[in-house]
Amino acid sequence: MNLARGFRRMLAALSLAGFAALMSGCTDRMIVLNPKGVVGRHQLDLIVITTILCLVVIVPVIVMAFVFAWRYRSRNGGKADYRPDWEHNSKLETVWWGIPIVIIAILAAITVRYSHLLEPSRPLESEAEPLVIQVTSLDYKWLFQYPEQGIATVNYVEFPAGVPVRFELTSDAPMNSFWIPQLGGQIYTMSGMAMKLNLMADEPGTYMGSGANFSGEDFAKMRFDARAVTEKEFDHWVEQIKATAPALTDQGYDELARPGAMGTQDYSSIPEGLFDRIVNKYAHGAGHSHGGAAQAETDTDPDLGNQHDMDDMAGMSGMEHHH
Amino acid sequence: MAHVNAHAGSAGKAGVAHEAGHGHHDLESLRLMGFWIFLMTDVIIFATLFATYIVLRNGTAGGPTASELFEMPGVVAETFILLTSSFTGGLAVLSMNQGSRKGLIGWLAVTALLGASFIGLEISEFVKMVHEGATIGTSAFLSGFFTLVGTHGVHVSIGLVWMVALMIQLGRRGITPVTRRKVNVISLYWHFLDVVWIFVFTIVYLLGVM
Amino acid sequence: MDRIKEFASTFFVTGDPLIYGADVAIVATMAAVVFVLTYFKKWTWLWREWLTTVDHKRIGIMYVVASLLMLFRGGVDALLMRTQLAVPNNQFLQPEHYNEIFTTHGVIMILFMAMPLMFGLFNLVVPLQIGARDVAFPFLNSLSFWLFFFGAMLFNVSFVIGGSPNAGWLAYPPLSEKMFNPGVGQDFYIWGIQISGIGSLMTGINFIVTILKMRAPGMKLMKMPMFTWSVLSSCLTIIMAFPILTVTLALLFIDRYLGAHFFTLDAGGNPMMYINLIWMWGHPEVYIVVLPAFGIMSEIVSTFSRKRLFGYKSMVFALMCISVFSFFTWAHHFFTMGSGADVNAFFAVTTMIIAIPTGVKVFNWVFTMYRGRISFPTPMLWVMGFILCFVVGGMTGVMLSVAPADFQFHNSYFLIAHFHQVLIGGVAFAYFAALTYWWPKVFGFKLNEKLGKWAFWFWNVGFYICFMPQYVLGLMGMTRRISHYGWDTGWWELNLVSTVGGFLMGIAFLFQVWQIMHSIKFMERDATGDPWDGRTLEWSLPSPVPHYNFAVVPTVDSRDAWWEEKLRRERGEAPAPQPKLEPIHMPKNSGIPIIMALCWFVAGFGFVFDWLWMAIPGLVGVAVCMLVYSFSYKTDYYIPVDEIERTEAAARGAV
Repeated sequence: MNLARGFRRMLAALSLAGFAALMSGCTDRMIVLNPKGVVGRHQLDLIVITTILCLVVIVPVIVMAFVFAWRYRSRNGGKADYRPDWEHNSKLETVWWGIPIVIIAILAAITVRYSHLLEPSRPLESEAEPLVIQVTSLDYKWLFQYPEQGIATVNYVEFPAGVPVRFELTSDAPMNSFWIPQLGGQIYTMSGMAMKLNLMADEPGTYMGSGANFSGEDFAKMRFDARAVTEKEFDHWVEQIKATAPALTDQGYDELARPGAMGTQDYSSIPEGLFDRIVNKYAHGAGHSHGGAAQAETDTDPDLGNQHDMDDMAGMSGMEHHH
Repeated sequence: MAHVNAHAGSAGKAGVAHEAGHGHHDLESLRLMGFWIFLMTDVIIFATLFATYIVLRNGTAGGPTASELFEMPGVVAETFILLTSSFTGGLAVLSMNQGSRKGLIGWLAVTALLGASFIGLEISEFVKMVHEGATIGTSAFLSGFFTLVGTHGVHVSIGLVWMVALMIQLGRRGITPVTRRKVNVISLYWHFLDVVWIFVFTIVYLLGVM
Repeated sequence: MDRIKEFASTFFVTGDPLIYGADVAIVATMAAVVFVLTYFKKWTWLWREWLTTVDHKRIGIMYVVASLLMLFRGGVDALLMRTQLAVPNNQFLQPEHYNEIFTTHGVIMILFMAMPLMFGLFNLVVPLQIGARDVAFPFLNSLSFWLFFFGAMLFNVSFVIGGSPNAGWLAYPPLSEKMFNPGVGQDFYIWGIQISGIGSLMTGINFIVTILKMRAPGMKLMKMPMFTWSVLSSCLTIIMAFPILTVTLALLFIDRYLGAHFFTLDAGGNPMMYINLIWMWGHPEVYIVVLPAFGIMSEIVSTFSRKRLFGYKSMVFALMCISVFSFFTWAHHFFTMGSGADVNAFFAVTTMIIAIPTGVKVFNWVFTMYRGRISFPTPMLWVMGFILCFVVGGMTGVMLSVAPADFQFHNSYFLIAHFHQVLIGGVAFAYFAALTYWWPKVFGFKLNEKLGKWAFWFWNVGFYICFMPQYVLGLMGMTRRISHYGWDTGWWELNLVSTVGGFLMGIAFLFQVWQIMHSIKFMERDATGDPWDGRTLEWSLPSPVPHYNFAVVPTVDSRDAWWEEKLRRERGEAPAPQPKLEPIHMPKNSGIPIIMALCWFVAGFGFVFDWLWMAIPGLVGVAVCMLVYSFSYKTDYYIPVDEIERTEAAARGAV
């Protein structure tokens, strides 16, 4: 079996796989490449830019590797040039230290810019007031609370299209990750803090959402639908829930928090301060340090606390390298 | 050239005795270098423990805080004892270099006794804390504290066993290239633990009560 | 009686036919091994020649054998997962079982397959390449192997006793804490990795000293073979990274065992700290296994291009850059933790920077081929497969490093496809290349080329069919670690394709096993010791290599020392006068390493089940072993000259 034949086989296999992918019509199903929200669109831009920049380097490399392998094969009967002692060329080496450095520099600049632009806690630019939805990942379901509307849902979330949504996320179970690919990238949900993620849907539609970070036995069942609707439909939906659904009580929440998967559910009201209580569940000193007043608003900068930890860790690596 | 980096050891035949002496030096220097690298890894172990302690030091979770818990006189005594033991460890190496086996074993014994009293004080400090209800499970701060300081204590205890074993070997074999290297290694280890303790004293105790 | 029954039903894993099958297979295999050893009276042989050996070549062989067994187990795990995911709503595996399987698959493939295979190659090659007679600390080397071995056994025992870990290969808390994970599986995880991790740390120290201190005269650092350089950079990374793992696992154990609060949700614990710490080890860890792969590529590409390695200095510099930068990228594994734009941007950029030296290495390999005279036996085919696969994997790696875009890739099958591409296409392919390349040096005969090529093509085709669809699945929103998915997702066609690819790789593995067995049966002795027309010192020795390696330690004056020597001989230059043989000093075998590692196993098992009556004697055993070793002074002997002459005459007889 010679190399060329093998290579053709590999190509055949590759194109077969590609063909199968295309045939199944998954191009629209590649939802990351089909964003319906401003954040997702920026992220797609970034993916496209990165891909192109990378291809600029790797295509020539791959081509050269196989061309050289073919051209300088010994079976060629020694027709090609053979320079066994050629081992160094400053110009060439400068070039290929240079090319990746330039590409990475461009990419780094873009990344830094986009990192700030797409910082998940950053409010989106819009004329409309953002809608706040408080998200809790539980064992193995999602609870969505609407503090302004005073309602809650389980395993599906609805919001108006064209209006920024500020998700505040926490967990009352092992860490998970909140991801609606067509609207934009994910963020972890973690106990003891309220993370923020700002997303906005361009148009009405039902978008897939999931828990992306493994959290235990029935983690695979943590899919949910994210429904973007018109503002009118949204208001109507809220009213309907208020009118028909049962109330969520503290006791009801405790039951909800027990491990187990379930379908969707609506609640016409939520206990006062439930989300804050979830966030502060393990925070000692509620009442210890400031005589009860410290039952923190969730906004007491969990991000800051988080950042602080990161700094410590960075300092830590510094410590090691100084030794 | 054949033997510059071959293993060479003490137990040679008469014909290779000369070379064995030379090779021995190489082998023992390899071991000393290996120990230096081991110490570097130990530095990283302690660095990681210090970092976790620093991250968690405010996580007292309603339990006792550093300033409520630490009693400095005992800690200062511990520090003084350990520093002195480092000094006597140095005297042991000096005696070895002067070829005095008795002096070497004697100073090692003093060093070990000081180390043992350090451990004794530390254990009584821990016991007292536990009786006051400050255990490793009380809060993240105390988890970090007991683990960091305890790891240092375990290191010292291992050093003590090792030192006793070495004193026996010195008694049996005298000062040979092998035992000489072993003494050098343990003295390195002991000074290292001393340096770590200085960091413990500063970062855990001094900053704790301040 | 009832209590015994109850104990047995929790002690042994029950209720799953797969497990009962495994129980039977394990007992039968063990019985067969004991029978064969007894029947052929091989126990003494086994103990003297293998279990107590301190010879780096034999330790290397044991590492390779053990890692191939682990590759089998990890591979079976992989195929079970692919079977489960082949169709929607599959009932083949229950979620809790699936969770255990992906956890053990990850741990075994990285820690008990890639690491020992790598250590095996270190052992088989490095001393020979640098002209040394053994590693710096042969006793420690043996201890490292046995610690790895018993650590791996302890981890694998969880399959049939007590229950397997199920919190993912890095065991993030709080899921891995007692609160959510009360079983013993997580403790098996901690102790299995901890025990073998101590071994890895010692191997790192051992090879650094070996390489820095035991090179043949004349072999300056910048004249070392590239594989040795890569081992040095990998070992430097090991000694910096593994202590962090040791501490992190110890803290997790203290949490679980003593109720401490390092990573718990309550009482001030900080799970995010664990995630930081584990990746401060975990990210360097992937470079630890891939750096030697770069060295392997360099050796093979230059041998089969019959040409000097291009850009040696760049290569060395690139290796060292990667070692250093690998410590500054860990947070790219959790951009989505909300650390803020600045932190994310910092770690994104450091991650991208690693692509620069890595890219340079690829360029240099390509230009080593340029104006070469290239032949394509199996090792060189693996090189070609590696270059294609690794470059594409590198590209997706750069895509993942762009922090804001990673918000869309993270935890998805895109990520899964990426790291399998660099770990299979990069690490595994390179190690397979190395195995076929150095096999004749170790055993004295080549592996069958035809079967080797079949294995190569099945691996490659299988790889692309398995993992290319997974990139697409990631873009379709499929997240990792899900045990099943519904028809409504539209993921099943590609999952099915991917499963087919997985099984093709399974077949490839069978070809490799067949290749080895076939080659052993129909071997043709390689009398030259240099079947590939090699360039570095190991090829100057007869194969298999005598246990003292070099009868006379060579003097080196160039990078490709053996190649230059061959050129000199071709030109008819008089060989340098050989110095007189002298007795060779060698370390004696020792039974202490295996006994000490067994004591660790006992202690670890005791801690897993919280049986102090077992754990404490285990630890005491460890201490006693150390003291016994400290008190033994006659650990070496000399090989007399006449024995060396006889051995050399026999080994070189055919040359």
